[in-house]
Amino acid sequence: MSAVEVHNLRKEFHRSTLRLRRGGRRTTALDEISFEIARGECIAVLGRNGSGKSTLVRILSTLILPDGGAARVFGNDVVADAPAVRRLVNRVSVEASFFKKMSPVENLSYAARFYGLGIRETRQRIPEILDRVGFPRSRRDSRMEQLSRGTQQKVALARALLTSPVLLLLDEPTTGLDPRSKLEVQDFIRDIREAHDTTILLCTHDMREAEILAERIGILERGRLLHLAPAGELLERFAASSVEEVFLASTGRSFEDEDEDENQNQNEAAVEVTT
Amino acid sequence: MTRATLAVRHELIGLLGVVERNTYLVKRYAIWELTWFVWTVANTLTIVFIAKGVEAAGGSLDVKRETTVLLIGAVIWSYLGILFEILTQTVGWERWEGTIEYTFMAPLSRAVHLLGMGAFAVVYGLIRTALLFGVIASFFSLQLSRADFWSAFAVLAIASISFLGVGVMTAVFPLISPEKGTQLGFIAQGMLLVVSGVYYSVSVLPGWMQALAKISPATYALRGIRHALLDGAGVGALWGDIWPLLVIGAVSIPLGFAVFRRGEIYAKRHGMLKRSG
Repeated sequence: MSAVEVHNLRKEFHRSTLRLRRGGRRTTALDEISFEIARGECIAVLGRNGSGKSTLVRILSTLILPDGGAARVFGNDVVADAPAVRRLVNRVSVEASFFKKMSPVENLSYAARFYGLGIRETRQRIPEILDRVGFPRSRRDSRMEQLSRGTQQKVALARALLTSPVLLLLDEPTTGLDPRSKLEVQDFIRDIREAHDTTILLCTHDMREAEILAERIGILERGRLLHLAPAGELLERFAASSVEEVFLASTGRSFEDEDEDENQNQNEAAVEVTT
Repeated sequence: MTRATLAVRHELIGLLGVVERNTYLVKRYAIWELTWFVWTVANTLTIVFIAKGVEAAGGSLDVKRETTVLLIGAVIWSYLGILFEILTQTVGWERWEGTIEYTFMAPLSRAVHLLGMGAFAVVYGLIRTALLFGVIASFFSLQLSRADFWSAFAVLAIASISFLGVGVMTAVFPLISPEKGTQLGFIAQGMLLVVSGVYYSVSVLPGWMQALAKISPATYALRGIRHALLDGAGVGALWGDIWPLLVIGAVSIPLGFAVFRRGEIYAKRHGMLKRSG
């Protein structure tokens, strides 16, 4: 059984505009994508902002309902068997997302309860896990808002690991981190895989990160999964010397194009409002 | 341990987690809690002084009794406010902190999640309400010589079940309207109390409002608590107010969960279950 099976997965969002009579704009976030992830495998999905990466992660974590197709985690359908999926999955996203006035230990403690971990269990495991992610002991009772982004992200990793997920969804976990924190997080992701046989879906902007952490790399563009193959195979297929070149050749655009795209979208929206 | 026992244990631990988190938040925001309490005291005083004001203006009324009537109304208003606010925070505060996705993807049933919020709201609300009652009572001479506090407490506890059902329904507003949903919770609180005789008898209301009063749990809560505190009515004598509360609670709790469930499905379909909504 594959860890993740995705078949013809489709999701659209409606963006309402002032032109109500015409029903607003439809945005296709995922356009009939299909792929599988083997147990213990790590795949990286590369894509620009708005390419559908976060929608894919949210569907797999049961936070968004798909419009069509199917997604299964260890055989459990993400819609029909959502409670079973939730027991298997955890996630680290680009924003650390904690109660900012609470300490790391308090945040981890209540989050662990949601996964059925009792007081005695967390009293032992939280310090162990914080040590493993290299979180300084002296800061454990500090408020989250007093910690740097890199340190907050370590707590986010600890939160995910605390619940022993068999599928870990990493949605740009190193975006915005300084180089040292980025390396520490990447090392930790490698450790998790080696120690726990965890299956990982990594969505990232960072091509180098994708190359060093994942067995296969997927390229998601405007909701369509253009490729999913080992980095070496992609380089060969496109006669490229780097994953960045592969991305450029397969999408016709580089990551730098996204600012122009976003400006264009904003201009389109402004035109819709004024017409 | 059987699978069913294990599942129940997980849910109970999850419920404990909800209460634990809210306790941390109260502790971390202790100064703000105190500030809010002072505001509530001031706000309640503005209502309760009305009886003395009417007398000073030449009106004829039993000041002690009317002051007690107003105090009970103001205290119930405050209690209901706490319940509704905490329940709407189920979504609103989590969205603001950015934790909403982590909570909603956790393997904790929504019913237990909401019950955890409700349990915390009731305990926290009862403590604050008792403190508020005590502080305000020290300002006035009240008619409490025959008061049966245990019966009043029992009515409030039973009414809390119905209030939770309505509160869970209002908790759905921030889920489907991130910008204005929380305010809709306050509107529901006001609508509930205005038809329930919060500072006056229901009999002074227009006919259509009196009809609404019959299905509002606050009507029976206010009447029962006033009867217990002013006239010393025991639980047996209050049965006429208790059974409607039990019936409304039996309907409003499952209805509240069903409404929230529909709201959650809507939010998941439209991608609104995230930080920015």
